[in-house]
Amino acid sequence: MNAMIRVENLVKKFGDFAAVDNISFEVPKGEIFAFLGPNGAGKTTTIKVLTTLLKATSGTVELDGMNPATHENEVRKRFGIVFQDPSLDQDLTAWENMDLHGVLYHVPGKVRRERAETLLKLFELWERKDALVKTFSGGMRRRLEIARGFLHTPKILFLDEPTLGLDPQSRNQLWTHVKRQNEADHVTVFLTTHYMDEADRVADRIAVIDHGRIVAIGTATQLKEKTNTQSLEEAFLALTGSTIREEAATSADQLRQMAKMFRGGARR
Amino acid sequence: MNAIYILWLREVKKYSRSRVQIIASLGQPLLYLLVLGFGLGPVFKKAGGGSYLQFMAPGIIGMAVLFTSVFSGIALLWDRQFGFLKETLVAPVPRINVMIGRTLGGATVAMMQGLLIVIVCLIAGFRPVSWVGIPVGIGFMAMIAIVFAALGTSIGSSLQDMQGFQLIMNFLVLPIFFLSGALFPLNNLPKALAFVTALDPLSYGVDGLRAALIGTAHFGALLDAVVLVIVGAGLLCLGAWRFSKIEI
Repeated sequence: MNAMIRVENLVKKFGDFAAVDNISFEVPKGEIFAFLGPNGAGKTTTIKVLTTLLKATSGTVELDGMNPATHENEVRKRFGIVFQDPSLDQDLTAWENMDLHGVLYHVPGKVRRERAETLLKLFELWERKDALVKTFSGGMRRRLEIARGFLHTPKILFLDEPTLGLDPQSRNQLWTHVKRQNEADHVTVFLTTHYMDEADRVADRIAVIDHGRIVAIGTATQLKEKTNTQSLEEAFLALTGSTIREEAATSADQLRQMAKMFRGGARR
Repeated sequence: MNAIYILWLREVKKYSRSRVQIIASLGQPLLYLLVLGFGLGPVFKKAGGGSYLQFMAPGIIGMAVLFTSVFSGIALLWDRQFGFLKETLVAPVPRINVMIGRTLGGATVAMMQGLLIVIVCLIAGFRPVSWVGIPVGIGFMAMIAIVFAALGTSIGSSLQDMQGFQLIMNFLVLPIFFLSGALFPLNNLPKALAFVTALDPLSYGVDGLRAALIGTAHFGALLDAVVLVIVGAGLLCLGAWRFSKIEI
């Protein structure tokens, strides 16, 4: 087994709080791997450690055999990511956001423009390509983030709750595209989602994480068998309980709130 | 190289699109120029200092460049809050290139703002001693812009959110401006004040602008340039180091 992602005894602490508490897993090349868990379970933190945005407190992490903490640039060349929260420049147009991404990821000019056009058409943003992103609705912004994520073909694709706020049509486009990239280019996919039907449909293997620990790992069928349930949703609830989790608002969220108040009138 | 260029271009595009902000940012320098320029002018003349408008214009140009460049660096915080920073931090581009692109972009924007103020000064009645001095003045504007854009990047990389912003404004940016000799001559100052002004990098920037535009200098143009280059290089290194340490 050729592991594309290898995580061993990963711990990430913020002060005393262990967001990720000693997890280990491997994702072989070409697999679609889903990370499921309630809010605040440690999914995004794990992705941030894997994608060089955070340094691990302890443990070993490897992408394609490289450590994200020491070989940052080598690792960054290997993955693409669609973030959970917004990462577009709202003062640029859709086209400029795509173009900037393409330049940062070294996609040659001609290919860059062709692919940007195809993707913007696919996600039905072509007519608005020259409009500033701040005039876009939430759904359009989300679609643009996803289109941008597909502009280059990475070895590993991270999708952090990519379908949040997407309509069923765009969701379908997204998963079709992910499947195609996975089959044609053997792209390894690491995704998180709150929609169990999606994980059931696309993922080869699923890990369920809760309170920073992996509570179960296996195929959807294995998880259902293990918990003696009929659907993945039931299996998930059996594994993680039915209490609702609260996530503390980060300062970033608070500031976004403030910015919304300031611009409130102008925005919509 | 391409990454540096596209991130530079982003700053310039954003600036040229924010027309309302550009006009708003002319307000403060205009106020200084008109109110202080004409208000303190008679006293300054009586004291034997010549035309206060002539004396102060280079200081106001320096101020505009200072504010614009520091804020363009601190705008990093907005990119952090609105998420765009992540996009550049995970890209397969050395972080130093990301930092250089942003900083040069911020410096360019600050220079454009400075040139606007030059035009405003000319309209208000400011006359450089010789037109040859203008290119030299632009050179000094570029140095001021890079020094403070790098400072802004260092600060922006080190803060988590906008809460520290007032602190930076009141205890760093405004003192840099007021202690720079932008508004008063550096000759015959009390010892303590003379010492502090000599530590302020903007003093050398404003002095260089005066040397170029009105032909008088306290430190001398050469010393001004040397100090600005050294401080600029130091702050660029500091900014690059702080930027490489950002975690989100």
